[in-house]
Amino acid sequence: MSGLTQLTKSLGRTVGGARWLSPLVLLAVLEAGSRAGLIPERTLAAPSKVLATLWSMIVSGELADNLWVSSLRIIAGLVIGVSVGVVLALVAGLSRQGEVAVDPIMQIKRTIPTLALTPLFIVWFGIGETPKIALIAFASIFPVYLNLYSGIRGVDLRLLEGARSLGLSRAAQVWHVILPGALPSLLVGLRYSLSISVLVLVVAEQINASAGLGYLINNARDFMRTDIILVCLMIYAGLGLAADGLVRAIERRALVWRPELVPA
Amino acid sequence: MDARLNEFTVPQFTAVAAPPPPGEAVVSLRDFTRRFGENTIISGLDLEIGAGEFVVLLGRSGSGKTTLLRTLAGLDPVEGQDVTVPSSRAVVFQDARLLPWKKVWRNVALGLKGADSRDAAQDALQEVGLGHRLEAWPLTLSGGEAQRVALARALVREPQLLLLDEPFAALDALTRLRMHELVLSLWRRHRPAVMMVTHDVDEAIALADRVILLDGGRIVAQERITAARGAERAGIAAPLRQRLLSALGGVVEERPADVVALHAGARP
Repeated sequence: MSGLTQLTKSLGRTVGGARWLSPLVLLAVLEAGSRAGLIPERTLAAPSKVLATLWSMIVSGELADNLWVSSLRIIAGLVIGVSVGVVLALVAGLSRQGEVAVDPIMQIKRTIPTLALTPLFIVWFGIGETPKIALIAFASIFPVYLNLYSGIRGVDLRLLEGARSLGLSRAAQVWHVILPGALPSLLVGLRYSLSISVLVLVVAEQINASAGLGYLINNARDFMRTDIILVCLMIYAGLGLAADGLVRAIERRALVWRPELVPA
Repeated sequence: MDARLNEFTVPQFTAVAAPPPPGEAVVSLRDFTRRFGENTIISGLDLEIGAGEFVVLLGRSGSGKTTLLRTLAGLDPVEGQDVTVPSSRAVVFQDARLLPWKKVWRNVALGLKGADSRDAAQDALQEVGLGHRLEAWPLTLSGGEAQRVALARALVREPQLLLLDEPFAALDALTRLRMHELVLSLWRRHRPAVMMVTHDVDEAIALADRVILLDGGRIVAQERITAARGAERAGIAAPLRQRLLSALGGVVEERPADVVALHAGARP
């Protein structure tokens, strides 16, 4: 008898403390609402319908093809944007003249919302791949720049002095002390850049796309296919999660020396 | 056997009058002055340190001892003054200043050239009793271990001049005594000239060939200690300690509060 109460109690604790429970309940309510006809499909497709659509899009290859196109845009934009951000941060962080030259321009750039540049980029680059990649690149420069720059400036001066007392050259100091010291900040910037790139992708793909996740969503809107729209939203969320996981994996490898990651 | 005791006040002190250091001088400062804006930290200081000599620089906070050490370490500009220091020198700071992202042996080998730098680092770490922590991350070391790594990092360069900036101030008493033994044995084996900065009079007496008292940026007294370290030196420690403390401005037995004030850096 007491064993049973204990079991109920522990079950109650497990269920009561479970953070996955409320989303599941929400899904169940949506499903029930759709089946009962309370939620019309043109408003919101039933969760089961969304899953079925997802499956059929995976099987047909439609999803993979368009995801690939979108991923290429993100990768191209990020490679350009992160490289430019890193170079500018090194210039501004490592030399006083560099700071004077670069930082004011970057602060001006920061005040312009990237997405507001879309019309200008269309005028400059047309409506092909270039403006999409350019928007992503432009948006991802700043987080990397700002974080790496402050990381370089925030390097522990005592460590730098210690290295100097051992007779290390300026280049060796940069390589052994400043850059490793700024690496955690760079990774924070990279994480911001990745999530911003997904955000910009959504808008950039509204520009006359003939493939990609944005194209899928625009098409689905025209045919009022809420199931496809929801599938694409799931994919966007998945992209965000994957980007975060990627940076976490890099951090685990690159920052093994940090105390919270070092096994005692 | 007693210590040969020489006490100098500023006007009397010259390098000639000081007891000749053993061996050739590796450090030589003539009329050295250091200012930060309006503040004169060190004024008109003459100093020579002989090869292989163990000098302890004693003084309260703000007496200019760390500024002097930074000058000898080449961390502060000397602006055309008459300062001679050997090119091979190494510093151990109060905080070990190990790079946390490099494993222990890489910290020791930092800046060393050549393929055998790992072997050199390993030998140095074995000398300080840390041959088993080669692959450890610095942040997993205890304070004493980190300071021993810093010693190994300094000695692996075989410096002619080893500078120690209150290296054991943050360690507990027992660990500090062990570190004294270690420093002495390393010094005997490698024979660098050592200049150690401390505000601990007992530490100075236990380690030094020569104790230099710095106050207000001037050398106010020097004591050469010829008694062998250990038991023999312990016998002469009490009067020496008394004299050093009184030269620093604290009268120990009558007003013990001044000793506290001395350590806190206040002037009586």
